[in-house]
Amino acid sequence: MDREISLVVDGASHAVTVDSRTTLLDTLRERLGNTSPKKGCDHGQCGSCTVLLDGRRHLTCLALAIAYDGSEVVTAAGLGADEPHLVQRAFLEHDGYQCGYCTPGQVCSAVGMLAEAKQGHPSHVTEDLDAAVELDDAELRERMSGNLCRCGAYPGILAAVRRAARG
Amino acid sequence: MRALDHRRPATAQEAVDLVARHPGATFLAGGSNLVDHLKLGVASPDVLVDVRRLPLDGIERVEGEDGAVLRIGANVRNSDLAAHPVVRSRFPVVARALLAGASGQIRNQATTAGNLLQRTRCVYFQDVTTPCNKREPGTGCSALEGYGRYNAILGASPDCVATHPSDLAVGLAVLDATVVVLGLEGERRIPFDELHRLPGDRPGADTTLARSDLVTAVELPLDPDVHRSTYTKVRDRASYAFALVSVAASVRMEEGRTTDVRLAWGGVAHKPWRARRAEAALAGQQITEDAVRAAVDLELETTTTNRDTAYKVAMLRNTTVMTLLDLAEEASR
Repeated sequence: MDREISLVVDGASHAVTVDSRTTLLDTLRERLGNTSPKKGCDHGQCGSCTVLLDGRRHLTCLALAIAYDGSEVVTAAGLGADEPHLVQRAFLEHDGYQCGYCTPGQVCSAVGMLAEAKQGHPSHVTEDLDAAVELDDAELRERMSGNLCRCGAYPGILAAVRRAARG
Repeated sequence: MRALDHRRPATAQEAVDLVARHPGATFLAGGSNLVDHLKLGVASPDVLVDVRRLPLDGIERVEGEDGAVLRIGANVRNSDLAAHPVVRSRFPVVARALLAGASGQIRNQATTAGNLLQRTRCVYFQDVTTPCNKREPGTGCSALEGYGRYNAILGASPDCVATHPSDLAVGLAVLDATVVVLGLEGERRIPFDELHRLPGDRPGADTTLARSDLVTAVELPLDPDVHRSTYTKVRDRASYAFALVSVAASVRMEEGRTTDVRLAWGGVAHKPWRARRAEAALAGQQITEDAVRAAVDLELETTTTNRDTAYKVAMLRNTTVMTLLDLAEEASR
């Protein structure tokens, strides 16, 4: 079943006709030519397809495009459209990657994660659920655990996210 | 993947009617489990009835017939539920359980009802090249002789040894939650413990719901007395993995003895396992290591283990001891 949907991607409006089975990831990459979100596992396990969907970090491989008709997507490319985003500058500064394939997902995830922390969302390692969130290394590791890096550049990623968390 | 029609009903009742009318229809909410299963060929509906945008996303205090409840809409996302101030202060077991599951991204996608209704599964259920009684009745169970580290040790059947992977479900099991269901006959409420089922000779059914039943909310009793509760999960890696075993517990103490103690286990059965025999053994008792070990062993009398799952007994015993001792200390502070 084909249906026309509208999406705002990195600030630009698009109308695109998709088959009902098409994921948001394939729509972005194959139909709209935005190859910033990456297809890693395609099963929700690696985080490389992460974007900001209606303002929150979200996988695009487990999302059917038709279910998100009218949504707003910001990819890592959109975050750095004018000049590199704070999080992107931190990844550059701290060498938060090796091959770079997981990086757009890491960047979007970090931006979404910092916003969640700002709203006071606790995590699995937060000791006092009622206290204000303090993003120490254990918190950052846990909160970023949905993004895998098969090069193992985690020390650099952690340093970058730590830097970005300082603002 | 089979060709799919996508419908977006305007009301919950319309959604129920649509699924009832189409034999190949299924509800779509957050989709983190269903879309994966569509890709794997494990699920092959021909109509998706998309309920994600139905206005079932509130968390509110409601005065019910049996006292006040916290009513959680079916579409409340896992991250929002875990972050809700009342959930954090009154039902830490819920926040802890949610935060112990999946990843930040998936918790932003997955809904309350969807979390509970994710499939009970094992690796073979998800691999369509292998026999699986849950996926294809009568084909056999590959997990019995195969990779068995996650297999059930309580309430399993010769047909299925899969475990329910939801952490939230284990947490809700100790809160005596109520599930609000909209069906063809209208709305009804079912006790949480009756939502999921053991496999028996019908492992294809994870729950007691009819195909067109839509979970619209979960209600948690707002008991005026404070219950201490928490959730402990043991897994192969520090984050983003299913439980090997998990323990949800809720305790009230007076003068060093329990006045209310509730215990549920995850990773051990086809459904969240409410350990009622262990609870009965601990009723009115002091929480000591010996008492908890004895209570756990009583509950585990009916356990079936093998080479792959024997570790779960000791792990469950130790995790339960640790969890209840910590809660008892907190409750007597």
